[in-house]
Amino acid sequence: MTVASHSGAGTSAASAKPCPPRVFGWHGWALFGTVLALLAGGIPLLNLALPVDSPLHVPDYLIPLLGRFACYALVALAMDLIWGYCGILSLGHGVFFALGGYIMGMHLSLSAAQAGLYRTALPPFMEFMQRDSLPWFWTGFDHPLWALLMLLLVPGLLAFGFGYLAFRSRIRGVYFSIITQALTYAMMLLFFLNETGLGGNNGLTDFKMLLGFSLQQPTTRAALYSIAVASVAVAYVLCRYVVRAKVGRVLVGIRDAETRLMFLGYNPLHYKLFVWTLSALLCAIAGALYVPQAGIINPGEMHPANSIEMAIWVAVGGRGTLLGAMLGALVVNGAKSWLTAAYPDLWLFFLAALFIAVTLWLPGGLLGLMGGRRGEKA
Amino acid sequence: MESVSVSFDGFKALNELSLYVDEGELRCIIGPNGAGKSTLMDVITGKTRPDTGSVWFGQTLDCLRLEPWEIAACGIGRKFQKPTVFEQLTVFENLEMAMQADKRVRASLLAQPTPVQRQQLDEVFTLIGLTTARDRLAGLLSHGQKQWLEIGMLLMQNPRMLLVDEPVAGMTPGEVERTAELLNALAGKHAVIVVEHDMAFVRAIARKVTVLHQGSVLAEGSMDQVQADPRVQEVYLGQVVA
Repeated sequence: MTVASHSGAGTSAASAKPCPPRVFGWHGWALFGTVLALLAGGIPLLNLALPVDSPLHVPDYLIPLLGRFACYALVALAMDLIWGYCGILSLGHGVFFALGGYIMGMHLSLSAAQAGLYRTALPPFMEFMQRDSLPWFWTGFDHPLWALLMLLLVPGLLAFGFGYLAFRSRIRGVYFSIITQALTYAMMLLFFLNETGLGGNNGLTDFKMLLGFSLQQPTTRAALYSIAVASVAVAYVLCRYVVRAKVGRVLVGIRDAETRLMFLGYNPLHYKLFVWTLSALLCAIAGALYVPQAGIINPGEMHPANSIEMAIWVAVGGRGTLLGAMLGALVVNGAKSWLTAAYPDLWLFFLAALFIAVTLWLPGGLLGLMGGRRGEKA
Repeated sequence: MESVSVSFDGFKALNELSLYVDEGELRCIIGPNGAGKSTLMDVITGKTRPDTGSVWFGQTLDCLRLEPWEIAACGIGRKFQKPTVFEQLTVFENLEMAMQADKRVRASLLAQPTPVQRQQLDEVFTLIGLTTARDRLAGLLSHGQKQWLEIGMLLMQNPRMLLVDEPVAGMTPGEVERTAELLNALAGKHAVIVVEHDMAFVRAIARKVTVLHQGSVLAEGSMDQVQADPRVQEVYLGQVVA
């Protein structure tokens, strides 16, 4: 049905072509561009252009670390979209992150192997496991476009299929969270097996180059960092668009009063599937950007605890605010890098205490401290 | 709707119930607690599937084959017993969400209200008296205002039939009066089914009343006819009117 009964007065309706909502105003775009230029351009410049003894020099080790933080921020955006706005708590997003990572790892291993950078023409783990031929699903992964296609298809299809089954059966709330935990745990066990053909518990590592650029070069590392930051920026704009469009309000409707929404004529299944799959894809892209900077991908990334940590980032930063989610990822991971180095035994206690504190006293997260309406600030 | 039966664990919430409502009619449904009033609404809107019977909307629409959102899209709007609005969204956004439109994901990614739709929004704002509360969060409204907002959301759907469950629960006498006026004004353009406990309110709006008792129709007619029926007095009105 259309708005037929109203278009009777529609002589002026010709000019009423619907236009999409705006992401930022002029000031917003200017601020966004400045921050992006400083982060994606400024920091690598301080690393590459300044001499090592300059006080403003950004040390080499910091670049991949910050690059990984950018990937976490991207994960936090993905989590917030599904949890903060749509009220669906996934405790298994690690599986999409890891899948993206594995696909990038397969590309890195295979392309380096075919370029003759390893002792044999196969990824090193194959020699280690005494296998002499690649499993069938490795075919084509040396080609970057094929890898890119798989990066979108594999996690996307897994998310879509899983989401379809779960949401169609109206599984929600804590039951959904538990099933996602089971999903990531089951995938972890699968990837641990040597027979799976993905390196077993060692995973994939010893990467040499990406698209012909050596991963050991500072310039390559700086570029990877900048690409990660730029990806976060693009994802932020995308997510901001989604939550500010009518879709975003429908998602909030699903979160707060799903039955009401249904009787207004919306099919919640389609909206949930859309946001769930989008969220999984963002997560997979984050994983793919993460792996060349971390240098390794193994099944440990699918451990349920990792996925729970992702939820904590968002809770700490502020659910239902995109900036808050990214902030939370940076703060928690910053604390993690420092604490696991300084007091390795304390980290898990600190994480638990932080989560309890945020739940008890800061339901709006760090960004909630600054006041304002949930879901308003994006 | 014809000979509909619903049972929950052996308890018959609706028992061979038949009900016919004409286009543009305003019908009140009354009955003691547990008579099946809310279950009736659940069946029409697709929330509950009956064990037997059939539900037709117009000549061609078989409600039992459709999902709740499809039924809503075909022009049946429903107001819940407890006012249910999107509390974290503004009054304006609540109405915008309810507006009759393409409600698929792709459309919602691009949708912006057109001038014609804005005009309709303004009309409904005036009708439900919330013009000044336009940009307030719906969660901050008073109970009565939420009831009105929900009725407004129903109107935005532009439905052929409105199902209204206890619209005046928790309203002040003044608000009750305005609600009666509003529902009276709506009848004719839309078919309206009102479930209500408040007898004074039913008397104020009713043209035709259906009395439910233990899941079936006990009596049907004008308010006076119904009240004169000794069976009705026995099970229900007797205690109120006498």
